[in-house]
Amino acid sequence: MSSPVSTLVNQPYKYGFVTDIESDTIPRGLSEDVIRLISAKKQEPEFLLEFRLRAYRQWLQMSPPTWQSVTYPPINYQDIIYYSAPKQVAKKKGLEEVDPELLSTFEKLGIPLSEQKRLANVAVDAIFDSVSVATTFKEKLAEQGVIFCSISEAVREYPDLIKKYLGTVVPSADNYYAALNSAVFTDGSFVYIPRDTVCPMELSTYFRINNGDTGQFERTLIVADCGSQVSYLEGCTAPMYDTNQLHAAVVELVALDHAQIKYSTVQNWYAGDAQGRGGIYNFVTKRGLCQGVNSKISWTQVETGSAITWKYPSCVLVGEGSVGEFYSVALTNHYQQADTGTKMVHVGPNTRSTIVSKGISAGHSRNSYRGLVKMGPKARGARNYSQCDSMLIGHEAQANTFPYIQVQHPQARVEHEASTSKIGEDQLFYFQQRGIPLEEAVSLMISGFCRDVFNQLPMEFAVEADRLLGLKLEGSVG
Amino acid sequence: MLIEHSETILAVRDLTASVNGIPILNGLNLEVKAGEVHAIMGRNGSGKSTFSKVLAGHPDYEVTGGTLTYLGQDLLGMAPEQRAQAGLFLAFQYPLEIPGVSNLDFLRLACNSRRRYLGLSELDPLDFDDFIQAKLEIVEIDPAFLQRSVNEGFSGGEKKRNEILQMALLEPRLGVLDEIDSGLDIDALRIVAKGVNTLASPQNSTIVITHYQRLLDYILPDYVHVMEAGKITITGDRSLALELEERGYAWTEDAPEPLEIA
Ligand SMILES: Nc1ncnc2c1ncn2[C@@H]1O[C@H](COP(=O)(O)OP(=O)(O)O)[C@@H](O)[C@H]1O
Ligand SMILES: [Mg+2]
Repeated sequence: MSSPVSTLVNQPYKYGFVTDIESDTIPRGLSEDVIRLISAKKQEPEFLLEFRLRAYRQWLQMSPPTWQSVTYPPINYQDIIYYSAPKQVAKKKGLEEVDPELLSTFEKLGIPLSEQKRLANVAVDAIFDSVSVATTFKEKLAEQGVIFCSISEAVREYPDLIKKYLGTVVPSADNYYAALNSAVFTDGSFVYIPRDTVCPMELSTYFRINNGDTGQFERTLIVADCGSQVSYLEGCTAPMYDTNQLHAAVVELVALDHAQIKYSTVQNWYAGDAQGRGGIYNFVTKRGLCQGVNSKISWTQVETGSAITWKYPSCVLVGEGSVGEFYSVALTNHYQQADTGTKMVHVGPNTRSTIVSKGISAGHSRNSYRGLVKMGPKARGARNYSQCDSMLIGHEAQANTFPYIQVQHPQARVEHEASTSKIGEDQLFYFQQRGIPLEEAVSLMISGFCRDVFNQLPMEFAVEADRLLGLKLEGSVG
Repeated sequence: MLIEHSETILAVRDLTASVNGIPILNGLNLEVKAGEVHAIMGRNGSGKSTFSKVLAGHPDYEVTGGTLTYLGQDLLGMAPEQRAQAGLFLAFQYPLEIPGVSNLDFLRLACNSRRRYLGLSELDPLDFDDFIQAKLEIVEIDPAFLQRSVNEGFSGGEKKRNEILQMALLEPRLGVLDEIDSGLDIDALRIVAKGVNTLASPQNSTIVITHYQRLLDYILPDYVHVMEAGKITITGDRSLALELEERGYAWTEDAPEPLEIA
């Protein structure tokens, strides 16, 4: 007898095309010379080269982490290309100077950069392989003193800010991949929101890996000065190659007194094919520092892509009364593996954190939530609430939950709830018997499961995320 | 009600079906015409629910022989949702709980899928609100139930009423009610039966599957069938149900088959 409801067709990954564009690419491999070459190409000040070299030397002493619940063959770091840039891009004044091929690539991805078609009220920084190719609405943002540009540009234009904050939240020796990133990062976004300013539009960075042998090592830094607010969204896609590609990013957020940063991610890197060939290794370090009193950092992530995801957007809650939030949907299908979660480190008194994690595993995939809640010795009155729910689709998928709790203050409170459920064939039949087709039934149940997280996303992206999950799951039920 | 020359809604001929390779239905015959109410009675395990699942197209049940014709169409060629859209409704013996999906959304989607099939305009959330009010009254359901997840945490009786509410919304041509009376107290039974009777019309028909004659005091069948080891062995009128109650199912085993008691 045919396995029930297993007949849906799999939706192909529609971002899997490659753009044919002439690029400036350095030879494969990693050494101090390569790092000097990258730094020179980017005309960086001395302090940054020093930062890179220090990180590189630390990295050489380190070994990759092995505690996560994912498996993959060892990565040959000498086989990766660490810098690839579309050729003409060296210095662009306006979008008129950007290669039309690049513009049309982003257009195809649904990220129109051209003046006429820009997303209303969303400023976009578009990163293609190793470099930023365009940033929209820069002037408009500048009127309010908001800085939104590529990190390379920030290094040149605002070296003091970079010097002050880069590596302060994620030190270069934090972990293996962070060290690698600190040594070789090529581009990324920089945001500075001045005092008492509410950023007038959504900021968004869109990452695109194009070249097949390039690693992507972007670096993002967001600083929200006292009393300011910003909402930032990142999206990403990559072509389909049948080899694996490394993406090792670092994101640092700093919130000063009463500042609020909301950071949302819709991650849709190529996940490999149905047999598990190819796909991105997404090894990312994201951390926010709530440095100021009553500051707030909120992470929302919808993780649907990548062959392997290793990522724990975290909050270090230093300022008294500061708030950390983590809302996550991680979906894995076929042979994808995800080990993702968060760390909430409560340093200051009366700090609060909320963790809501929804893991969906289908196919032969493996999906783990791993989270640390730490209440330090000064975290008087601190509170955490965690809720981790897993949903299994089919019989071969795995879901794990690894909550770690450390409490060093007697008046800190930690609450943890967890559940595991399954989309049952009889539930789906019930929908069908009421005239509702399978695909719709699955996506309704998934939306219901993820609602608490989707509600945190900016409106347009919530709709997009919902649709994306539906597409990803087609063919997985049975 | 019996109507002369009325349309055949369902024709089942020599139906055999199995689950996991084990034959459960063994040559079942049944004809249901517009306007009629049929009761199927029988012991636990005789195959009543299996028959209802086969009608609705549950993928676990494999039809191994015979024919199933619904409104002149071959049911076997239709996906479960197509059968539903074409007006075949199954009230489940054990309605499923669907966490995270609001009852209201679920009902509206179901209703619109049927309306699309019938060539009617789809109802937006506001129109649907109006549309559902009258239906709620039929089964005496508190509107607050619409805001909850489908069947989640509903009592047995509430789930059954929710089934009849769905039937009221979908206006099926053939309603198959599997043990709609099980687990109901007498008040709930009355409400459910009233719902079923309100929805009956000369155009549609109903199959009530039940264990007990009690339900048939409220929903008056035109025919009563006894199911035994995967087929219908006796067919009669209402009095057959009373006789069964009096004499037990064991009595039917002595009957030569197929037996017609008119
Ligand atoms: N999904 C199934 N898997 C295995 N056996 C089943 C399944 N469904 C029904 N059966 C078997 O088929 C027979 C008839 O069951 P059922 O149709 O539920 O009877 P009834 O509704 O008349 O009580 C029983 O022996 C039952 O165990
Ligand atoms: Mg039964």
